[in-house]
Amino acid sequence: MSQQAADGRDPVTGAQSLITSLEAAGVTDIFGIPGGAILPAYDPLMDSTRIRHILVRHEQGAGHAAQGYAAATGRVGVCMATSGPGATNLVTPLADAHMDSVPMVAVTGQVGAAMIGTDAFQEADIRGITMPVTKHNFLVTDPADIPRTIAEAFHIASTGRPGPVLVDIAKSALQAQTTFQWPTELHLPGYRPVTKPHAKQIKEAVRLIGAARRPVLYVGGGVIRAGASRELAELAELTGIPVVTTLMARGAFPDSHPQHLGMPGMHGTVAAVAGLQKSDLIISLGARFDDRVTGNLDSFAPGALVIHADIDPAEIGKNRHADVPIVGDCKEVIADLVALLRQQGVQGDYEQWVDFVAGVKKTYPLGYDAPDDGLAPQYVIERLGAIAGPDAIYTSGVGQHQMWAAHFIGYENPGTWLNSGGLGTMGYSVPAAMGAKVGRPDATVWAIDGDGCFQMTNQELATCAINDIPIKVAIINNESLGMVRQWQTLFYNERYSNTDLHSKRIPDFVKLAEAYGCAGLACESPDDVDATIEKAMGINDRPVVVDFRVHRDAMVWPMVAAGTSNDEIKYARDLAPQFDDVSDDWEVRA
Amino acid sequence: MSRHTLSVLVENKPGVLARIAGLFSRRGFNIDSLAVGPTEHPEVSRMTIVVNVEESPLEQVTKQLNKLVEVIKIVELDGGASVNRELLLVKVRADASTRGAVLDAVQLFRAKVVDVAPDAVTVQAVGNADKLADLLRVLEPFGIRELVQSGMVAVGRGSRSISERTLRPVPVPAPPVAR
Repeated sequence: MSQQAADGRDPVTGAQSLITSLEAAGVTDIFGIPGGAILPAYDPLMDSTRIRHILVRHEQGAGHAAQGYAAATGRVGVCMATSGPGATNLVTPLADAHMDSVPMVAVTGQVGAAMIGTDAFQEADIRGITMPVTKHNFLVTDPADIPRTIAEAFHIASTGRPGPVLVDIAKSALQAQTTFQWPTELHLPGYRPVTKPHAKQIKEAVRLIGAARRPVLYVGGGVIRAGASRELAELAELTGIPVVTTLMARGAFPDSHPQHLGMPGMHGTVAAVAGLQKSDLIISLGARFDDRVTGNLDSFAPGALVIHADIDPAEIGKNRHADVPIVGDCKEVIADLVALLRQQGVQGDYEQWVDFVAGVKKTYPLGYDAPDDGLAPQYVIERLGAIAGPDAIYTSGVGQHQMWAAHFIGYENPGTWLNSGGLGTMGYSVPAAMGAKVGRPDATVWAIDGDGCFQMTNQELATCAINDIPIKVAIINNESLGMVRQWQTLFYNERYSNTDLHSKRIPDFVKLAEAYGCAGLACESPDDVDATIEKAMGINDRPVVVDFRVHRDAMVWPMVAAGTSNDEIKYARDLAPQFDDVSDDWEVRA
Repeated sequence: MSRHTLSVLVENKPGVLARIAGLFSRRGFNIDSLAVGPTEHPEVSRMTIVVNVEESPLEQVTKQLNKLVEVIKIVELDGGASVNRELLLVKVRADASTRGAVLDAVQLFRAKVVDVAPDAVTVQAVGNADKLADLLRVLEPFGIRELVQSGMVAVGRGSRSISERTLRPVPVPAPPVAR
């Protein structure tokens, strides 16, 4: 970009203004596909020395790559697509990013301003379509609005509760002459996220923490988005309170830490589920009492008071009444809690409780039965975590392999576990891994995928191979839509309607990998697992795909059946954990 | 269920109404009435939304509305401490034999005839929902040919303005220019 244009003196096209704006916002990587309406933007993009554009094979891949990039780096992920079908293909990643609070900006071309509303070729009202699945969105028809809109989009995506923002720009605005002027300030009178918690609420929270006998730190994805892992560790160690980390928060607190009870919820550990269920004080940090965590809401943690800290006021009290609502950024909330706990020298009496949850954790550890014959999927994932280690980044699709990956890898660091939690998007894994690898090229990135998920977005292997993005993919191939099959086993009398994918026969994943210019490996014996993973770890000049051919009847345990109470948790099929009831004379006096 | 009146200040930008209507329908709330118009600030519009909900879902919908970037402020107006009005235009059958009786009713309600035809009159009435319902009950026997009614608009009593302090611009620094 020439300096004159950047100074706002020389006329430029709207397209040039867009590219200069993206550069000004600090963008270095964009995932996208050109097409008619966005074409003007791709011409100046070709000359940009600051922005690398990665040509993907499907817009959904661009969107998930932007998500993976954002989740791995903490920076705003960017994707670009043309109007109509290009834009509608971004709807799934936008909805996914909206549910999981991922900072992301999507730029789409729109038909010329004069054509809007005429059902023109490749016209779709993408702003209208994406209103419910974005944090905010814009339609730009005046080229003079481009720099301000891009600045606002990045500000909104990355501040407060992060989320996706879509900027739809009419082709006529991209083609018209304008001048580039980066705004010095933004005027968003309706957007003022509160990050600093109220001192009165912090004080009340500290009082409850001191009075509680069975407290638990219920940690959600907000702690990861806020970069508050260090503060969390300090709070946990200062108080000795047990910690549970939700699916979105895996890695926020080290799995190896003795206070960590694991993941709560429908497939949570018995200790984490019991820890919430029997607590007298839930300290919720950036979590949202999702139905997959609470089970039947009416019977969830019946004896607990709730301190609910979240940057989004609408989450507080949405599902569960909050006794102490705290609106604020988790990093600031936790730091303030730690400071006041220290200042007041609060020492809770949690000894019996800590013994109780530690006993549950010991009695009901995570585990699985190795099959007599064949390969256990859990074993593959366990070995992968052990060999690739806690510094690698792991992405997953959705289903059984996702739950096993959440349990058996062993996370020690935030930003190393990327998955589709809220929306549950099959096909997230491979493109998200691609985005993560682009954002953090020095990290080893493993996509742990199911054979069903993999076949939804595996075309991005071509993008990875061509653009030197050497991700590693572990297909946990049980030749079925495993989680659906598990439900059919448990709730539909083993009637397997349309869940058999025959993926051990078609496709040949090794050949498919090779056809895409990747290394293809296969493994079906426990004896070969380590050697295969080591071999994959050694290939870094191209992507690697490993077809782990696992036995198909493995199920995810523990499990709380949908809609039932967390008290009904099953450790394994027909096996309910037995533990003494905790004494109720420890009630917190609110 | 109870009726609540929300005054919502929004940025006067295209698509705001769609965002708000979409939010209500997506979260399963019915809008009883909605009126939108300009305010004393050219860049701000004001919506008066009447909803029929319990307290706790109302709190949730208010919080969700507040999350919309273009929503500047939401105030719930208390029925007693506010003035609320709706506008009604109703075309009533009125020929030579009934016109006198129709006009009497119009007078009683301090309504106004705004158009006359040989066999009908068009009546304009302003008031709160109860008064307009009463007027319609009286006019109904004559035969109502056409009826149109505005959404409710409402304003708090006294000298205070809900917009005075909120509309001061709070500038946010734009993202810094990358090196």
